[in-house]
Amino acid sequence: MEIVIFAIIALLALALVFGAILGFASVRFKVEGNPIIDQVNELLPQTQCGQCGFPGCRPYAEAIVSGEPINRCPPGGQSTINALADLLDVEPEPLDEEHGAEKPPMVAYIREDECIGCTKCLQACPVDAILGAARQMHTVMKDECTGCDLCVEPCPVDCIDMVAIETTPHTWSWTLPSREAEPGLIATDMRGQTV
Amino acid sequence: MTLVRQTSPHARSPNSTQQIMKWVLLAAVPGLAMQTVFFGWGTLINLVWCILIAVGSEALVLKIRQRPISFYLTDGSAIVTAVLLALALPPLSPWWLTLIGISFAIIIGKQLYGGLGNNPFNPAMLGYVLLLISFPQEMTQWLPPVGAAGHTAVKSFSEALFTIFPLFGHPINIDAISMATPLDIVRENTSLTMKELWSENPAFQYFAGRGWLWINLAYLLGGLFLLYKRVFSWHAPMGMLAALLVMSTLFWGGAGSGSHGSPLFHLFSGATMLGAFFIITDPVSSATSNKGRLIFGAGTGILVYVIRTWGGYPDGVAFATLLMNMAAPMIDYYTQPRTYGHKKPNKGLPEQH
Amino acid sequence: MNLPLRDITESRHMPEVKVRVWPLTGGIHPEENKRQSTSVPIKSVPMPDKLILPLSQHAGSPAEPIVAVGDRVLKGQMIARATGFVSVPVHAPTSGTVSAISSEAIPHPSGMHDECITLIPDGKDQWCQLQPINDYKSVEPSTLVELIRQSGIAGMGGAGFPAAVKLSPRSPIHTLILNGTECEPYITADDMLMRERADSIVTGAEILQHLLTSERCLIGIEDNKPEAIEALKKAVAQSSNGHQIKVVVFPTKYPSGGEKQLIQILTGLEVPSGKLPSDLGIAVQNVGTAVAVCDAVQHGKPLISRITTMTGEALSKPGNLEVLLGTPARHLLSAAGINDRQLDALIMGGPMMGFTLNGQDVPVIKTSNCLIAGTRGEFPPAMPAQACIRCGMCAEACPSSLLPQQLYWHAKSENHEQLKHHNLFDCIECGACSYVCPSSIPLVQYYRASKGEIRAQEARHAKAERSRVRYEHRQTRLEREQAEKEAKRKANAERAARLKAEKAASSNKESSAVPDPVQAAIERAKAKKVAASTTTNKPAKTTLSADQKELRIQLSLASAQLKKTRRALTQAQEKGEGDIDKLSADVSMLEAQVAKLQKEFETAAVSEPSAIEQPSAIRQQPRAEKNLDNEAAKKLKIESAMAKAALKKAERALATALEEGSSETEALRDAVEEYRQKADSLTKELVDANTGKPAKSSADDKKLKVEQAMAKAALKKAEREMTKAQELGSDDTLSLQDKIDECRKKLEQLESGKPSVADNATGATSSSYPVKTETSDDLKKLKIENAMARAALKKAQRALDNAEGDTQALEAALTKAQTKAAEAENALAAAS
Repeated sequence: MEIVIFAIIALLALALVFGAILGFASVRFKVEGNPIIDQVNELLPQTQCGQCGFPGCRPYAEAIVSGEPINRCPPGGQSTINALADLLDVEPEPLDEEHGAEKPPMVAYIREDECIGCTKCLQACPVDAILGAARQMHTVMKDECTGCDLCVEPCPVDCIDMVAIETTPHTWSWTLPSREAEPGLIATDMRGQTV
Repeated sequence: MTLVRQTSPHARSPNSTQQIMKWVLLAAVPGLAMQTVFFGWGTLINLVWCILIAVGSEALVLKIRQRPISFYLTDGSAIVTAVLLALALPPLSPWWLTLIGISFAIIIGKQLYGGLGNNPFNPAMLGYVLLLISFPQEMTQWLPPVGAAGHTAVKSFSEALFTIFPLFGHPINIDAISMATPLDIVRENTSLTMKELWSENPAFQYFAGRGWLWINLAYLLGGLFLLYKRVFSWHAPMGMLAALLVMSTLFWGGAGSGSHGSPLFHLFSGATMLGAFFIITDPVSSATSNKGRLIFGAGTGILVYVIRTWGGYPDGVAFATLLMNMAAPMIDYYTQPRTYGHKKPNKGLPEQH
Repeated sequence: MNLPLRDITESRHMPEVKVRVWPLTGGIHPEENKRQSTSVPIKSVPMPDKLILPLSQHAGSPAEPIVAVGDRVLKGQMIARATGFVSVPVHAPTSGTVSAISSEAIPHPSGMHDECITLIPDGKDQWCQLQPINDYKSVEPSTLVELIRQSGIAGMGGAGFPAAVKLSPRSPIHTLILNGTECEPYITADDMLMRERADSIVTGAEILQHLLTSERCLIGIEDNKPEAIEALKKAVAQSSNGHQIKVVVFPTKYPSGGEKQLIQILTGLEVPSGKLPSDLGIAVQNVGTAVAVCDAVQHGKPLISRITTMTGEALSKPGNLEVLLGTPARHLLSAAGINDRQLDALIMGGPMMGFTLNGQDVPVIKTSNCLIAGTRGEFPPAMPAQACIRCGMCAEACPSSLLPQQLYWHAKSENHEQLKHHNLFDCIECGACSYVCPSSIPLVQYYRASKGEIRAQEARHAKAERSRVRYEHRQTRLEREQAEKEAKRKANAERAARLKAEKAASSNKESSAVPDPVQAAIERAKAKKVAASTTTNKPAKTTLSADQKELRIQLSLASAQLKKTRRALTQAQEKGEGDIDKLSADVSMLEAQVAKLQKEFETAAVSEPSAIEQPSAIRQQPRAEKNLDNEAAKKLKIESAMAKAALKKAERALATALEEGSSETEALRDAVEEYRQKADSLTKELVDANTGKPAKSSADDKKLKVEQAMAKAALKKAEREMTKAQELGSDDTLSLQDKIDECRKKLEQLESGKPSVADNATGATSSSYPVKTETSDDLKKLKIENAMARAALKKAQRALDNAEGDTQALEAALTKAQTKAAEAENALAAAS
């Protein structure tokens, strides 16, 4: 009988000690916020386009952390998916076509003589990249535009075009020597792969 | 007319991978010659057989992998692998032993990793170790060298040929004439002093093994030629030989029966020189920076001595090389040279952000 | 051998004067091929047919043209100016006419096109006014630097970094290094320059030293140029400042001429990663740049020509040419005896770091030191790359002590972290690794591509970060606005509650509390009245004649009636019930009445223009343009009438409240409420009148255009919906089709209406005034109708969106759209 009591006391003591240690650790090493969400958010392209079905990049980052698929971001494309897969240590998947196809980087362009100054696009722009006032012609700040498409739909006179960003000699860069550049050498190498 | 468009530099040195492989093969000739002189035609027959299998299996895999066969075969790497393995095998190894060893080396040791340049291990040593573990008896049947009793038994070419390929003729009974290598004898020896060993056992001559001394000298010569030709830098061979010298000096144990053999004995016996100049200088599986290669060589030298002296195998070059191959990436991470304009060299892996 | 890197602060002291050279790390010895082009002296070329001058011949932001097509320019005249600190201007290399400012092929590895100024020489080669500086020592260094900037001098060695930027360092310079290394094979431009213009180089060096106030100048030359060394030594010996200038000779090895490598060889110091030579107190300039500086200061000549080596086996007359910038390569190649059949690769720059050209039409620019016309045998096409065997030859050749093969593996797997860890950005792209690679791997291309990709990725990341910040700012702004609105609403509710409570209290306490709210209401009403009359009514009232007043009152009453009826009509239409036909008939009748009244009023107003114009001088805009803008006046009148009506009502209510005491406070409240509404609408319309005016006075058909565009957009949208519906196999297809047809019809009407209206308008301007009033009235009507049609169409669309098979709503919308279309048609008829 005594042994049982001692055992219980010992276990209780142990529980108390470890409980105290755990409690202390949880206070001492408390993690502020959820850094993984920030890290995921870092990787997203911040176009705030909502193509993923979430109202912005951060909500999608939160959703990814809570288990949503990582392949719903068309502006980020495969490279973002790969980076996310790398960060979250999951298998990279191809882009979910349901949410749109990967496009080259775009900027919005307002055909200014057709603009009637309705300010609808101003309200739609998630990053305040359109300048203008009521009944004044609007214009897009090219450097700030994320190419999210959101201003195109609200325009009553359809005067907004999405144009691909062109390469100039200043932004041009060499590309990696491609395997396709050596025809016949490893022509069959890519067979069966979805590239 | 269309002008050629390509990235700079437009000028290129006449250097090529094929050229390097040719030089390596050329440098191996003296060693091969010495081995043939001392152990008979077996090595040469093995060599030819080995090259045939190597090229054949390489072509087979390239065909399966749907790669252009002639483009990859002409780089000569399969032949070099075959030569190195053939030189390391006992002279009268049966044909199937060579077949297993070299096809394993080429198919699994090299091509399955992605071909030349992608193999983490030295393919020839991988094949050698496979055979050593699987067929220990066949792998230790070395013949008595010229000058030692029993050598005359395999003097003719046909005898050697039929011993290797018993299907076509009458083989000689290899078990009856084979003898242990000097390294093995010294390792097993517990009763005789070194002096007695050298005077009584025909396997020894001068300060090393009979024949082995000359074979090692021949490989040294070939290695010096390659150094001169700048096929590789001095770092890895120097590291290995220096480490072996230091280890064998430290654990020499004098001339008594408990001796592990003199430093010179270790430097000029077994596969020391072959290993130092032909095996560990394989650039693909060794470390990349000069400092790294020095460490790589030194590590191999230490391991070679440890395995020879306290391990279970008569020679340790193959095991030591493979072990250091495994360590090569880590050596690389910690031996990056100091880049121009940097105070300190980078070490280790990049910091994760 | 790696030399220890000294601390930067330590190196600020000038290293010992003793001339000594340090060995270069790594390096290679490619075949020099320099003799071909050094046998003949520098020659000039005949004037080409045209000169193509790219605006971006240097590193940094491109210049901006300051001439127009067709301008005649003189030799040396600036034709494009610098657009920032790191930028240089472009000058006309000869006199002639600017024939184009357009996108042309430029010498760039991308083979792309960029903005260029094309100049057709007139053959006179007439200089503009030059302003040489005779005694540069008496001139402020900053003035000289500005002169050098304005002379368009960019580094002549190949990188093209603006010279003036290097001459305005952040820290004091103790050593000036002139780079006469020219380590690349084939190129001999600097060699020949040093042989033939050593004096200019030394003078340039003296000017640069004066600018930088440096203590010494080292001219670094490889030992394979004995003639150049001799010439320079002689020139230095003759110079007055010769004791400060040293010619340093060191062994030939590629790439000794790299800026960082030359500093290492001449001083034993290493430029720390990410820093500039000026941080070590060292400035490096090419010898060609020194000559250009000498020309600019002593002769006032801007940079308009350079020495270019023409070499390669496809040329029969290789040599060095003095070339005007902008000369097309084709012209130079033919001057050097090109054999077109043999030409296989055309390289600008050296064979190690130069780039191949797509064609012969690109011009020579400030950085073009060499043109190599190579044959196939000379530059065989690159072998297919074999596997990397990690032989380490590249690491031995690397002048920056990198591990090229590690970089290659990481570049291949696009592992950017590892690339940065292996100091990819310290690679100077000299090509030594690719040169020695036994497997013919295009290593430099891997590094360039990876660098570009990393830079692009960093730019993307920076942009994403900026977008995120902007997005978050926007979110907080929206939230704040929302919160403010909420607070306002709450405050209003509270005030209402308080008033109610006070009312309740007052009804309890009877006499004592009663006067307060009533008094307040009176005061508010009074204040409003005063305000309203000062802004709109009073002046107009005082200046209008009795007749006009009468007319105006009638008019405003009629307009109010029209408005009300119209609202009722819209409501009826929206609900799809009530006697729409009758209502619309009423509307048209009322409209006609209003129009008539308006006309009458206008005629009256015109008969007394002075009465109106006089106060308009005192009062503000609306009346100032009254004569010209009937609509504004009319609107204002309507509004004044409405305000008056509201005021009356409020007064009446007030009176009632005063008469009946507290028992009728409810009525008072109602009246005040109504008054407030009226006042609100008045302000709104006032604003409308003010903002709408310029658009109206400009052109009415512009508005029509806008409407047309909108109708078009609506049609497009409807069509899109149609296709969608068809895809979905919905039952709405029929009604949608109808709708589309409707839209199209409307659009057609609008389109046909537009020119007729425009015609009318033009006709009106020539005819008498009242007629114009009528026309503009019609136009207004048309506009209103159009707006309504548009609204109806929109509604229909919205209904369609919401409907999802709700055919009833759809049909209602359709009828509405039809009615509107009919109305638009009517209007059109009226207009034409």
